[in-house]
Amino acid sequence: MTNTLAAQINSLLAALILLTAFALLAQRKIIALVHIFAWQGFFLALSTAVIGFASGEHHLYISSFLTLGMKVILLPYILYKLVHKLKIHRDIESVVNIPTTMLLGIALVVFSYHLTAPIRELSNLMTRSTLAIALATVMLGLLMMVTRRHAVTQILGFLAMENGLFFAATSATYGMPMVVELGVALDLLIAAFIFGIFFFHINTTFDSLDVDQMAKLKETD
Amino acid sequence: MSLHPFAIELLQLSLLLGLAPAFAGWVKVLKCRVQGRTAAGILQPYRDIRRLFGKDIVLAENASWIFRFTPYLTFGVTVIAAGIIPLVSVDLPLSATADVIALVMLFGLIRFFTALAGMDIGTAFGGMGSSREMTIASLAEPAMLMAIFTVSLASNSTSLTQMVSVMAHAEFVIRPSLAFALAAFILIALAETGRIPVDNPATHLELTMIHEAMILEYSGRHLALIEWAGMMKLALFFALGISAFCPWGISPGGEIGTLALALVMLAVKLMVGALVMVLIETGLAKMRIFRLPEYLGSAFLLATLGMIAFFILE
Amino acid sequence: MAPPLDIAGFSVLLLLALALLAPLLRSVRTLQIPLAFSLGAAASLAAVIAGVITVADGSVASATLTLGIPGLPFHIRLDPLAGFFLVVIGLVGFFVSIYSIGYVKGYGGVRSITQMICFYSLFLAGMLLVVLADDAYFFLVAWELMAAASYFLVMYEDERAENRRAAFLYLLIAHVGAIAILLAFGVMAGQSGRGGFDGYTFDAMRTAHLSSGWAAAAFFLAFFGFAAKAGVIPLHVWLPEAHPVAPSNISALMSGVMIKTSIYGICRFAFDFIKEFPWWWGCVVLALGLISAVMGVLYALMQHDLKRLLAYHSVENIGIILIGLGLSMIFASFHLPTLAALALVAALYHTLNHAMFKGLLFMGAGAVLHATHERNMEEMGGLIHRLPWTAALFLIGCVSISALPPFNGFVSEWLTFQAFLLSPALPHPLLKLLIPLGAALLALTGALAAACFVKVYGVVFLGQWRGHQKPERIHEVGPSMLGGMLLTALTCFLLGIFPTWVIAWLDTIPKQLCGGRLAESAGKFGWMWLTPLSHERASYSGPVVFIGILAVVAVTWLLLHLRATRVGRVPIWDCGFAKLTPRMQYTASAFSMPIRRVLGFLFAVREQVEIVPQTNHPAMPGTLQYRLRIRDRFWNWLYEPQGDAAYWIARQVGKLQQGRIQIYLLYSFVTLIVLLVFLG
Repeated sequence: MTNTLAAQINSLLAALILLTAFALLAQRKIIALVHIFAWQGFFLALSTAVIGFASGEHHLYISSFLTLGMKVILLPYILYKLVHKLKIHRDIESVVNIPTTMLLGIALVVFSYHLTAPIRELSNLMTRSTLAIALATVMLGLLMMVTRRHAVTQILGFLAMENGLFFAATSATYGMPMVVELGVALDLLIAAFIFGIFFFHINTTFDSLDVDQMAKLKETD
Repeated sequence: MSLHPFAIELLQLSLLLGLAPAFAGWVKVLKCRVQGRTAAGILQPYRDIRRLFGKDIVLAENASWIFRFTPYLTFGVTVIAAGIIPLVSVDLPLSATADVIALVMLFGLIRFFTALAGMDIGTAFGGMGSSREMTIASLAEPAMLMAIFTVSLASNSTSLTQMVSVMAHAEFVIRPSLAFALAAFILIALAETGRIPVDNPATHLELTMIHEAMILEYSGRHLALIEWAGMMKLALFFALGISAFCPWGISPGGEIGTLALALVMLAVKLMVGALVMVLIETGLAKMRIFRLPEYLGSAFLLATLGMIAFFILE
Repeated sequence: MAPPLDIAGFSVLLLLALALLAPLLRSVRTLQIPLAFSLGAAASLAAVIAGVITVADGSVASATLTLGIPGLPFHIRLDPLAGFFLVVIGLVGFFVSIYSIGYVKGYGGVRSITQMICFYSLFLAGMLLVVLADDAYFFLVAWELMAAASYFLVMYEDERAENRRAAFLYLLIAHVGAIAILLAFGVMAGQSGRGGFDGYTFDAMRTAHLSSGWAAAAFFLAFFGFAAKAGVIPLHVWLPEAHPVAPSNISALMSGVMIKTSIYGICRFAFDFIKEFPWWWGCVVLALGLISAVMGVLYALMQHDLKRLLAYHSVENIGIILIGLGLSMIFASFHLPTLAALALVAALYHTLNHAMFKGLLFMGAGAVLHATHERNMEEMGGLIHRLPWTAALFLIGCVSISALPPFNGFVSEWLTFQAFLLSPALPHPLLKLLIPLGAALLALTGALAAACFVKVYGVVFLGQWRGHQKPERIHEVGPSMLGGMLLTALTCFLLGIFPTWVIAWLDTIPKQLCGGRLAESAGKFGWMWLTPLSHERASYSGPVVFIGILAVVAVTWLLLHLRATRVGRVPIWDCGFAKLTPRMQYTASAFSMPIRRVLGFLFAVREQVEIVPQTNHPAMPGTLQYRLRIRDRFWNWLYEPQGDAAYWIARQVGKLQQGRIQIYLLYSFVTLIVLLVFLG
């Protein structure tokens, strides 16, 4: 496998990651969101492995396996169980204005392209062009957290954002130091558990996972 | 030995004219098989067309010349479009007549007149069909052009000949932009040719039909012409997709050997394409009309992402 | 042959003379209308000839008139850009004048014909002078002449309050625009470095060297002023009010030509006066063009008043022209002369095309109005049987404006698409990416326009008559009206079939304005093939498309008519229920309902359904009333607050008025003291 082919495959994977980020924005069914998130993790793992292979930075393989284990298997599994346990696997978020969100998303992609232009000029890594996609994935995750009301979709947005950060790290500098990556992975795991516990509490307190309900908590009206 | 370009042009035109019904028949046969029904055979569309040509015409009292002229225009424009898209050889004289934008607009001309014909009689069905068709078309057209523009940007041209030869002879490169554009193109082609999930060509149920509602009042040779043109249009959309996205195997000149190879390749691609479409049609249900904006919106999103990917990643 | 400037001068003088002599013509009662409008047609034709020669030769001629304020002579100048707009004005003026012979007859005995003739010729003369003027004074005089004459023409049927209101709104916005243009000239003259009155000639402005800030101020002031005249969103609110209420021949002139003088002004300022500008100016023009195009066509779709709908389409088409201009400015600012030439030619071509098909459509709408006395589309239907010729000609207009081949609207939109796809040549990464996305909006505009004109044609001319009067009383319009429309339709067709000739003729304009040429590459393969930059990039052949379709249609028709088949005429199939009535047809509101629902958030839509039950069966609905009201959101957002603010200020100022003489004396006294303090 030559480097150009690796770069092309990496581009394709970047495009797919972007597509899954948009799919996360557009999908209304919560259970489908979990599946899309798993796919995003899968593309991310694959991309990390390809970069690892092409650049010779073999520690990226470990990152790749970590991603595969955490974001494709473990986290989606936890979320899957959670959704089923909370009996919200048939829930649909109906109030989201999808077309406007999509247009905003496109604008964010263009914006991140503009932001990363100087870095593209300076860098000589083969992954430099995917940096814009990585930044866009972060922003799209943030956008998802802003536009969605359901607590589970918000956590998915958060996780997608983390995917973007991870991808940005691999494309900008061929990955973060191993220690950092392990730490982040552990954090994520713990975060997922904490979120799970919170969901249960929110659900029992408000009888719903709609985070707008939390507006009731404010003291003054 | 090689064929003169005009001979190839004639060959292509007669092939499309002659075999479009067979292709439509093939789609129907496949669909029946996939859905576990018995098929009427690949030749059924020919029998239908012949039967319609033999019948007398029944016209509503207040049908104007537009109603009678539209079938001929539809047929004429479709035939011209059939001469424009390079199918077996790049060296196609008529291809310079219109580039891909003009081609899309030619299909727009057909749609314009069909929609007018739908409103000519003054029944509610006709108006309903026209209104829905024009709504869907106006949302589909931007996505369609964006998908095609992605290929145009990659090949630096909107001329079909040039697009095909660039795409056919470029060395193998994975291009995410083209993958997105192709996905968008497939979604839009389903909408433009009136297939499930956008429209159902097999139904005459009042509330769901779109294209059929516009041509509900037609009979005899008028209907035969419209049906025939419709079959050609289906084949042409496949041909356009094949030419724009995977023209591999197309003959660069007019040598008999490469032409034969190109024909075989084309037949294989058409059959595979038909299978894909049949699987989509069988797997999906027809959408409610007000779900369509989201469907077409996602096609537009894919096309836009394709274009963005072209600039960012390539 | 006389030099073109003289011919143009003759044309203007003829029109001015006609305006002065109009009262005298009243004595030849029966001949008054034909004579006056024939003279108008002759003057317009003279303008066309002058313009055609100037553009073809690329010649520049100028003269100083001994008119005007002492020491401040008027300058006129005829260069290819002015020549092109002379052709646009002259052609439409010619066709509309022929049409008016029949149309104005309808006002005979009801209204003053003399008044119509007088303002009509002043209006034409004003427009011609706007493009001929070569100094700021004369330009503004001509601009005001044009505005005032058209104001009186909008007011022509002044007994209706809505017409007076529309005319006032028009006058108001026209003047806000004129002030902005005046200020722009002021900035240019002040910075031109020449003292006194010399700075006001256009020559001084051409040679002026402006700092970038002043240049931007001048350009955007002028752009604001011209945009107000052109109806660019959000300055468009007057247009759908004023254009429909004018007599239809005037609407054709206003929509077809008058708003094009703004395009002339923008071209003049950007390419002729300032020349060197940053790329973001082009982006602003492009963005406003895109917004105008999309919003214009969407608002048009929601209308059911035929002329109002056409007026909104003018907003759309001005948008398309601005898209071309904006792209041209972007390319020019990066010094890509050939690409700038392509975009500029696309814009100018669309200017010409829009003048033709919008003129045709307004004349057609006038013919429908003339025959049915109805502007509301919901009360029409099936007119193709009563007005066969008008229907055929109107169809050509509809196909042209919907940008469908082989007619003219298609060619210019196609060229604009080509210009969009040239963005990878730009050195700016963000623009490269963003500009092709704009092409999607243009595609959306084109497709929505097609939907809109299916609605117009289907509801007005097809189906069955919906109105209250008897359809038998509707008759085809007279030969002069049909003649005017026929000539316009023919021009639409020719402009669509022979674009290479038009581009070859236009070539001197981009050469002078942005230094690039197009004709050589566009016509490289003969007149049949249009290849804007190279044949590898794109090609289109109007003649082949047209002849090909015609041939296939003819052959098919002949083959199918070899054998005699019976064509049976039967009543409409009613599904076995009670007889269908014309009320059951799809209406204009029903047709646009899906789009209203999909994109309704862009409008202020208010729907009311009221069901009154039958008296004896309360469960059964008796009558159902459906009310739909669609308002322009810009009106609520932009204009109402301003109007309220104006009233508020007026009320505050009104407090000064006390009605007591001592108080007024006190005001004078205080003013005097304040002045003395300042002067001392």
